[in-house]
Amino acid sequence: MKKIIALALAFMMIWSVCTAVAEDVITLKIAHIGPTTGAAALYGLATLHGAEIAVQEINEAGGKYRIELINEDDEHNVEKVINAYNAALDAGAQMILGTTTSKPCEAAGALGYTDRVFFLTPSASSTAVIEDKDNVFQICFTDPNQGRASAQYIADHQLGTKIAVIYNNADVYSTGIRDTFVEEAAAKNLEIVSESTFTDETTDFTVQVADAQNAGAEIVFLPMYYTPASMILKTAADKAYAPIFFGVDGMDGILSVEGFDTSLAEGVMLLTPFVATSKDEKVVSFVNKYQAAYNEIPIQFAADAYDGIYILVQAAEKAGITSDMSPEEACDLLIAAIQEITVDGITGSMTWDESGAVTKTPLAATIVNGEYVFED
Amino acid sequence: MTKTKRKRLIYNLITFSVVIAAYLILQHMIDAKTITRSLKGQLVPICAWIVMAVSLNLVIGFSGELSLGHAGFMSVGAYTGAVVSGWLLNAFQMENTVLRLVLAIVAGGILAGIAGVVIGIPVLRLRGDYLAIVTLAFGEIIRNLVNVLYIGTSEGHLNFSFLHKNLPESAVILVDGAKGAVKIKPISTFTVGFVLILITLIIVLNLVNSRAGRAIQATRDNRIAAESMGVSVTKYKMMAFVTAAVLAGMAGALYGLNSSTVVPTQFTFNQSINVLVFVVLGGLGNVLGSVISAAFLTVLPEVLREFADYRMLVYAIVLILVMIFTNNPAIRSLVNRLISPVKALLRGRQPSALQGGDKA
Repeated sequence: MKKIIALALAFMMIWSVCTAVAEDVITLKIAHIGPTTGAAALYGLATLHGAEIAVQEINEAGGKYRIELINEDDEHNVEKVINAYNAALDAGAQMILGTTTSKPCEAAGALGYTDRVFFLTPSASSTAVIEDKDNVFQICFTDPNQGRASAQYIADHQLGTKIAVIYNNADVYSTGIRDTFVEEAAAKNLEIVSESTFTDETTDFTVQVADAQNAGAEIVFLPMYYTPASMILKTAADKAYAPIFFGVDGMDGILSVEGFDTSLAEGVMLLTPFVATSKDEKVVSFVNKYQAAYNEIPIQFAADAYDGIYILVQAAEKAGITSDMSPEEACDLLIAAIQEITVDGITGSMTWDESGAVTKTPLAATIVNGEYVFED
Repeated sequence: MTKTKRKRLIYNLITFSVVIAAYLILQHMIDAKTITRSLKGQLVPICAWIVMAVSLNLVIGFSGELSLGHAGFMSVGAYTGAVVSGWLLNAFQMENTVLRLVLAIVAGGILAGIAGVVIGIPVLRLRGDYLAIVTLAFGEIIRNLVNVLYIGTSEGHLNFSFLHKNLPESAVILVDGAKGAVKIKPISTFTVGFVLILITLIIVLNLVNSRAGRAIQATRDNRIAAESMGVSVTKYKMMAFVTAAVLAGMAGALYGLNSSTVVPTQFTFNQSINVLVFVVLGGLGNVLGSVISAAFLTVLPEVLREFADYRMLVYAIVLILVMIFTNNPAIRSLVNRLISPVKALLRGRQPSALQGGDKA
C-alpha cells in the first residue's frame, strides 16, 4: 500500500512538473497520414520527410510552439485510410496534415467533416477532396486549375496549335487535368490532334507516341507523374520525334529518376509551384537539410508538406490553439483562421478562401542543361 | 444418422453463438464508450469481409471450385449499392437510412447474382485450373468495365453512359469512371452488418445441410460418381456459385456504403486472393473458421500498426506461423486431447450441453 502511494505521489510530481513546463510552451499534435508503404510510398514518404524537416526546425528554434508529429500509413487505400485516421485520433492528434493522395483524402476528409477534424492536405489535388466539406484545405493546386493554366499558358505564349494529349485514364489526377485542359484548349482555339491513354500497368508507350507523331502534333501534353513521362520521353527520342513536351507538377522529379538519361528531358516545359534548384534562400536551406537527412533531392510533395507544417502553426497561432484542445474544438477555429492568414512558403505565397482551394501563382519552367530555367 | 445430425446442430449452434456473443460484447463496448475509434471504424468492414469469406467458402470448400474473381462480385454489389442509395436519396428524398441501406443491399445482391449467372454459365463448364483462371479474368473484366462507367441521376431517372462521360448537365453524378462511386452518404451500420452475417450463416449452413448441399458436396468429392447417381453437376455447382455471388454482392453494398467513395482499384484480384486467404486459413468447408479468420486477419494489420512500415512483414510471418501450426499433426492432437473432455461431456449430457452452447 505504501508503495502504491509513493508511486502515485511520484507520478503526481512528474505530472505537475510537466504541466508547469507546458504553460508557456504549446505542443501541437499533428498527424501526418499518407502511404509510407505500397505502390504510392514514394509520395507518402516525400510528404512525411518534408514535414519532419519542418517539425525539426520548429522544435529546434524553441519558440512558442512544439510539434509532436504522429505518422499513420494509409497504403493509398480508401479502406485503410479510415483506419489510419482513427488510429491518429486515438493517438491524440489535434489536426491532420494529409492525406497525401486524392482518393483516400476524399474518404477520410468526408469522415472528418462529420467528426469535425481539420485537414490540410499537401498534395491531394482532385476537386472532390474539398467539395462539400468545410474542413479540408489544400496546399497544392486543384487538378482542373492545372489543366486550365497549362492550356492558357500554351495559348498565350503561342507555343503551337496542334496538341497531342497522353494521359492515364485509370488515374484521377491525370484525367482531372486532362478534362479541363481539353475544355480550355477548345476555348483557346487549340487543336487536339491526338489523344491516347494508358494505365498504371503500361510500360510500353510506342503506340501512344506514334499516334502523336503521325498526327503531326507540335506539343505533347503530359498530365501525369514523372515515371511514365520518363518512358514517353525515351520512346519519343528513339523515334526521333521532338515536339515540345509540356508537363504539370507531377513532372517535377523527372531529373532524379534513376537510370534516366536527363538529356532526354532537355526542352521539357512544366508548370510547377516548386523547383528544387531555385536560388531562393528558403528553398536552398530546405533542399540542403533534406538532402543531408534523406540523401535525395526533395520533390514537390515534400515541399508542400514542409509548408504544410508552417501553415498549421501559423493558423494555430491565429486561432489560439492550446495543447489540450480536442480536434473538435480546434477544427472550427482553424477553419476561420486559415482564411485570414497569408503564408510565404517555399511553394509560393498562399492564401485560402472558404472553398478550401489555395491561391498561389504557378511558375513555368523549361529544362535547360539539366536544370530548371524560369520563364516569366 | 441422428448422431451426425446432433453433431451438426451443435456445430451450427456454436457458430451462431460465437457471432452473437461477439456482437453483444462489441455493442456493449460501443454503448459504454470503451471501444477505441480504430476498432469501431473497422466493425463494418469486418462484417463485410466475414460475409465474403463465408460465401467464398461455399464455392471453394463445398463445391470444390477455385474461384479467383470473388472481388468482382463484391464490386458489383458496392457500385449497385452506391447507385441505388444515391438514387433513392436524390430522386425520392428517402431519408430513412436503414431502409435505404436494406434496399441497396438487396439490389446489390440481385445484380451480383445476375452477374454470377452470366459468368457461371460459361465458367462452370470448365474444371480445376481453367476455371480458376477464367474466374480471375472475369473479375478483372468487371473491374475494367466499371472503370469506364458513368452513372448520374436527374429528374428521378438514372442516366448511364459508357467510355465517355455523357450525362445531362443537371445530373447528380453517382459513378464517375476511374474516380469510382463518388459522394456516397455513408449509411452502413454495425447492426445491419451483423444481421447480414446472420442471414449469410442461415443461408449457407442450411444449404450445405440440405439435399442440395449434399449434392454439391458429392460433385466436389467425385464428379463422375455424382453424375452417375443422377446428380446434375452443372445445376448444383451453379447453385453454389450464384448463391455465393449474391452474398458477395450484399457484402459489397454494405462495404461500399460504409465509405464516402468506392474506387475500382479496391477490387483487384489481390482482393480476391485476400478473401481466399481468409477461407484457407479458416479451413475449407469450415464456416466458423472463415468467420474467425476473416475477422482476425482484418484486425491484425491494424493491431500491428506500432510496427510501422514493417507491419506487413510481421503480418506475413504471423500468417505463415498460423498456417503451419494449424496444420501440424502434433499440435492438432494436443488440441484434440484438450477438448476431448468437453466433447465427452457434450456427448454424455445432451440437453444441458445444448443449453451450454446457447449461452456461450
